[in-house]
Amino acid sequence: MSNATGLKSYFIFKNVDWPSMWSATWETVWMTLISMIAVVVFGIILGLILYETRTHNGPLFKVLNWIVGLFVDIFRSIPFIILIVLLLPVTKEMIGTIIGPRAALPSLVISASPFYARMVESYFREVDSGVIEAAESMGATTWGIITKVLLPESKPALIAGATVTTISLISYTAMAGAIGAGGLGNLAYLDGFQSSNNTVTLVATVIICLFVFLVQYIGDLLVKVTDKRTL
Amino acid sequence: MIRFKDVSKDYSTKDGKLTAVSDVNIEINDGEIFGIVGYSGAGKSTLVRMLDGLEAPTKGEIDINGTNIAKLYGHRLRVQRQKIGMIFQHFNLLWSRTVIDNIALPLEIAKVPKKKRQARAEELVKLVGLEGREHSYPSELSGGQKQRVGIARALANEPTILISDEATSALDPDTTNEVLDLLLKINKEMNLTILLITHEMHAIAKICERVAVMDSGRVVESGSVFDVFRHPKEEVTKKFVSEEFSPQQEDSTITLDELIKKYPEGQIIRLVFHGPQAELPIVSEVVKRYSELQISILAGAIRQTQEGALGSLDLQFIGDEKQITDALDYLKKMRVETEVIHHE
Repeated sequence: MSNATGLKSYFIFKNVDWPSMWSATWETVWMTLISMIAVVVFGIILGLILYETRTHNGPLFKVLNWIVGLFVDIFRSIPFIILIVLLLPVTKEMIGTIIGPRAALPSLVISASPFYARMVESYFREVDSGVIEAAESMGATTWGIITKVLLPESKPALIAGATVTTISLISYTAMAGAIGAGGLGNLAYLDGFQSSNNTVTLVATVIICLFVFLVQYIGDLLVKVTDKRTL
Repeated sequence: MIRFKDVSKDYSTKDGKLTAVSDVNIEINDGEIFGIVGYSGAGKSTLVRMLDGLEAPTKGEIDINGTNIAKLYGHRLRVQRQKIGMIFQHFNLLWSRTVIDNIALPLEIAKVPKKKRQARAEELVKLVGLEGREHSYPSELSGGQKQRVGIARALANEPTILISDEATSALDPDTTNEVLDLLLKINKEMNLTILLITHEMHAIAKICERVAVMDSGRVVESGSVFDVFRHPKEEVTKKFVSEEFSPQQEDSTITLDELIKKYPEGQIIRLVFHGPQAELPIVSEVVKRYSELQISILAGAIRQTQEGALGSLDLQFIGDEKQITDALDYLKKMRVETEVIHHE
């Protein structure tokens, strides 16, 4: 390996081990997509609980709202890098290992779900209250209102929020990679930083950027297709 | 039959008790179009929300065909709600659904099988005259079209009662009339009881048979639209009726003042017609008989109500005192109510 210094060190492409670059890319994509699916599911469930317990009256709802709200706010405020370390025993228990892309999933999901849940709650609150009242006056149950009004009427917002969350997830996977979760973050840290191989770091960065752009593009496209408010 | 019996509704706010509705007694017959008119904050919407069980009265009973609404809850309340259709000021359509899917929503909620749902929704599209727009989204429709979707949706579960909560208040006058005509047509064809909540006396005059006037939570006056229009008793009713008859009152006052200055010798007389007289050529008859009189029209309005036409006309008579008196006598003989507004 030649070790050029200065800016030239960014462009020594023969130093890049392409097969490991591609497999790291795949690990990043895999971690992001799996955790995204879980985050969307848990985020919507938590968001729904927050929304419904807020709109209903009664001591039980108040208590439930407080508990879920507290849980969400605690995990939302722990910096991700600390959360991974904090959750190491939990990860070990759940996955059986603390190394590799699968081991990153629990902390990714636990960190991003509360973040998305708060967004979901605010999207539901933005649904036109007149429309909800109309559904109520048609004799809809709470479940009917959720499935036929709340979710479809907030769909573009839910997608836009999921896009933002997914992009944060990509950056989280890179952080998780630095402490052994695999993926492009891991590669940039070990093969790039620790081996003083700036080209690997640069290529990993470019691939992550492209991935972020792609996610943003797909998100925007889906929002545009589902939003029928302005045509 | 809908019966409000001694219905009151209080809210407790941090400033103390707030009475939204107070001792309301109304009976609405099956198949009738009943109007409730009042300014915003008069308690109309609270009354309607109680009728739909969205809120419970603090006192009194609301009875729909023998069922006390306030006593219902859970499944039975939801089934009851399906028998009441509602249309709203801001339409409250789901922007995420096409016209036909919006109309099918109450059917989905009532768990009607898909095929039946489809057929019924198509039938309703025709009823409200939206053929060809089935697959449009609400954002592609005009206000009037949106309200047609609202009406179709409200009728989906074949309700016996339709509540219109300020449903024409966001529409322009032409569209308002279109929607009111549609409501009248539905009322006649389906023998549907319609409760029309509004602050526009025009809507009441056009399609209602009876009306209740509400002011600060109370029904201050009620009766047939025709009578209320002819002899409004309460201040608030008079205000509503006069708004309806001279919408540009300020303009006409200016003209009146100018004319009074210009022709100090004239008399300004208001004629009030109702029923068949409004359709007789009374004015042309006066002109023919008292040809030396100079008659100018200052202001006027004629409204079609469900019991016939009702009109008012401000005229200026210039000429011989004797002739004017004769003309007024003739008008009285024709049973036109006259009122001298200005006399020298």
